[in-house]
Amino acid sequence: MKVRKCKVLVVGAGPGGYVAAIRSAQLGMDTVIVEGEKAGGTCLIRGCIPSKAMIHAAHKFHELAQHAKEGGHMGISIPVPAEIDMAGLKGWKDNIVDRLNKGVEHLLKSSGAELITGWAEFKDAKTAVVGDTQIEAEYVILANGSVPIELPFMKYGDGVISSREALDIDEKLDHLVVVGGGYIGLELGIVHRMLGAEVTIVEAMDSVLPIFDKELRRPLELFMKKNKIKVNTGVFAKGAEKLENGKLKLNFIDKNHADDDSKMQSVEADRVLVTVGRRPRSEGLAPTGVALNERGFVKVNEKCETNMKGVYAIGDLTDLGEMLAHVASFQGEMVAEIIAGKNRIYSPLAVPAIVFTEPEIVSVGMSPDEAKEAGHPVITGKFPLAANGRSLTQEAEKTGGFVRVVAREDDHRILGVQAVGTHVSELVGEWTLAIEMGALLEDIAGTIHAHPTMTEMTHEAVLATLGHAIHIS
Amino acid sequence: MGVFAFKLPDIGEGVVEGEVVEWMVAVGDSVKEDDPILSVMTDKATVEIPSPTDGVVKSIEGEPGSILAVGQVCIEFDIDGDGNAVAEPETKVEEEVPAVVEETPEPVVEDEPEPAPEPAPAPKPTPVVVAAPGARPLASPAVRQRARESGIDLASVAGSGPAGRITHSDLDSWKSAGSPVAAAGPSRSAKTGTTEIPVIGLRRKIAESMTASYSTIPHFSYFEEVDVTELESLRVHLNSTRAEGQPKLTYLPFIMQALVKALGENPVCNALYDDEKGVVTRHDAIHLGIATQTDRGLYVPVVKHVEAQDVWTSAGEMQRVSQAARDGTAGLDELTGSTFTITSLGRMGGLGATPIINKPEVGILGVHNAVDTPVVRDGQIVIRRMMRLSSSWDHRVVDGWDGAVLVQRLKSLLEHPATIFM
Repeated sequence: MKVRKCKVLVVGAGPGGYVAAIRSAQLGMDTVIVEGEKAGGTCLIRGCIPSKAMIHAAHKFHELAQHAKEGGHMGISIPVPAEIDMAGLKGWKDNIVDRLNKGVEHLLKSSGAELITGWAEFKDAKTAVVGDTQIEAEYVILANGSVPIELPFMKYGDGVISSREALDIDEKLDHLVVVGGGYIGLELGIVHRMLGAEVTIVEAMDSVLPIFDKELRRPLELFMKKNKIKVNTGVFAKGAEKLENGKLKLNFIDKNHADDDSKMQSVEADRVLVTVGRRPRSEGLAPTGVALNERGFVKVNEKCETNMKGVYAIGDLTDLGEMLAHVASFQGEMVAEIIAGKNRIYSPLAVPAIVFTEPEIVSVGMSPDEAKEAGHPVITGKFPLAANGRSLTQEAEKTGGFVRVVAREDDHRILGVQAVGTHVSELVGEWTLAIEMGALLEDIAGTIHAHPTMTEMTHEAVLATLGHAIHIS
Repeated sequence: MGVFAFKLPDIGEGVVEGEVVEWMVAVGDSVKEDDPILSVMTDKATVEIPSPTDGVVKSIEGEPGSILAVGQVCIEFDIDGDGNAVAEPETKVEEEVPAVVEETPEPVVEDEPEPAPEPAPAPKPTPVVVAAPGARPLASPAVRQRARESGIDLASVAGSGPAGRITHSDLDSWKSAGSPVAAAGPSRSAKTGTTEIPVIGLRRKIAESMTASYSTIPHFSYFEEVDVTELESLRVHLNSTRAEGQPKLTYLPFIMQALVKALGENPVCNALYDDEKGVVTRHDAIHLGIATQTDRGLYVPVVKHVEAQDVWTSAGEMQRVSQAARDGTAGLDELTGSTFTITSLGRMGGLGATPIINKPEVGILGVHNAVDTPVVRDGQIVIRRMMRLSSSWDHRVVDGWDGAVLVQRLKSLLEHPATIFM
């Protein structure tokens, strides 16, 4: 067996791991990164990026369909209906993923980090075997990521799929059932609805996306209603049966009568997509001796240090922060710098989160309720997309939506910003920076926002919070 | 007007009473909520109690030096509004949130004059604001990172920006603010005054424990001189090549590591003697007390499990606990549990000392400064770096031989520093 000694070993080349490896190599440390599948991880290969590609395509198809209607739309009409070739769409999406995968491999290589393909099996905390190579590292960064949670009574396979397979569907579906109305399920459900499939959502909580407040959810719920996505909330999925016609039957039941079989409902589908959350991929870490919490997340402190000296963990695998690619990347960069001797900690004031449904929902910092609960004297202000010129010109106002600012009443510090609406996700950068910089309402009020852009809504929502918005009475 | 009675709060960690060190307020003083009013000493730590309310001090219970029980009313205030028949120190009036009408599920451009909140008055032009305890200081990511790298706790920095935001220039002025040197003019006139200092608080605790130690323990002291020339060159080398973020090494971390070996081999010296029960308990763990001079007097913070540390960790831990003792932030856990104590006069030097044992430990090591000294080696006078060690031992349970063996072993380790790590 070959022995490869190195300073830093990164396990997993997702958005946490590959960033950690590049930064580590940039800092002059001999770095090896191990990836069992393709460099890029869940985010690039089977998550954020492919789903955003599918969402874009679904929108395009949806728009074309409008133009193909009798009389067209915007004065533009297409004489024949748009058609969709799912295999072609998948090929287009795979091409984007391939380009990004190659890009990450290239970045790793040019930074000087060595990418080894294969699954790392740990012998101890600092020694891992990949194929016929034994890697001995001074420091280890665990970036194993997460995998979709499987329901014990409805295992994946035979038409029951996870988000991963949902992104590789290459045939047109008549009916997709989504179990779990979180952000992944809703994003993919809406994609398939826009592509022409019937979509049914089955959610155990009393609303979809319960992490967001009612006001933020409302435009999304209206959109789903208008587009005839069937949403069943407060129900438990009870398993899927394979029917003779090759389809699946998903059974579900009102959670208040879960024992009464006469109340059982069912729906037929081509596929049942299960999106009930993700769990850390921490199995196989036992030989390293790192401590896990009761839910299997690796326990880390604010430096991402595990209980084992010199062993760090980042991203979805850890109990620090949300399961978000940008959190993993931030921690990856930070840990590489910590190993190189820099004094850094993970202590963001604001972690932006975006749901790419139609309309999109964005949140950073505290919601009004969270701010009140934290004891802040709160003022809020809202500005609707319907009063923003740029939004009208790109029909972003059609789904309703608004930008909402949350600030302290006494010193006007901005505590949070949320928005719902088409195309609002790109606005979140300014809001996050404002919170991290400790900006006051007056800081944004005193900043010129370019016209005509959607960023004007941030300005106006801040003015509304101060009580004097211009473009709404 | 009402009367607000404030009971001495639970200071934590099973503390049932505390000694009044100082009242920062007197009857008739106006106080604001969170102003410090009382300093109380518990078993080990001194705690500052903030005022629970705005008001005027009506009465005070307990002179400095007297003992207050937790839960006992210690101060009463005249306050605006109702008092508290049932003392409830944490009552706070919920601030009312201005109502913002939030309807319009459908986008509406121009109707419904929204009763938006009156623009709140601009923040008061307070020049500097120190963040309230517990609240996170307001500072941009770059300022936070720079503070971290400079070892500055932002909670102690006054922010001059809007809403008390800490700026780069606030950090600059925090760093450059040295203590102004008082220029005292020479005074040659005869003086006759005296000042009586009540021996209370920490001073009383020190007095009691020193008396308990010296009056019950027959101390024997043993001195030795150690050639630390090689250790010095190792230390200088490690310091010059240390990574960013690693602490600077003094002699003490090496002595701590050498003690791990020497005490491990001589467990009789790493023990606690309960002289009432007549039991000596030898410890496998090596928890080293580090006698530390603070503004308030002598503290002995403890570095736990030195046997599980390397020299860098020992250095870092020693700095951490002694700084915590100096800052008064050391918790009970950091001030108890030592199995052996080191007292270092550092650069102060001295030819020798007879340190007092930190009872119920059975030994203590005094470390003096290292000085270049002419010594005879192989018939030649050469200059070597020499350091003196003073040790004291509890002769009831440690024989002279044992103490001497320990110190000689320590000398051998320190003179051949590689052996510390083998």
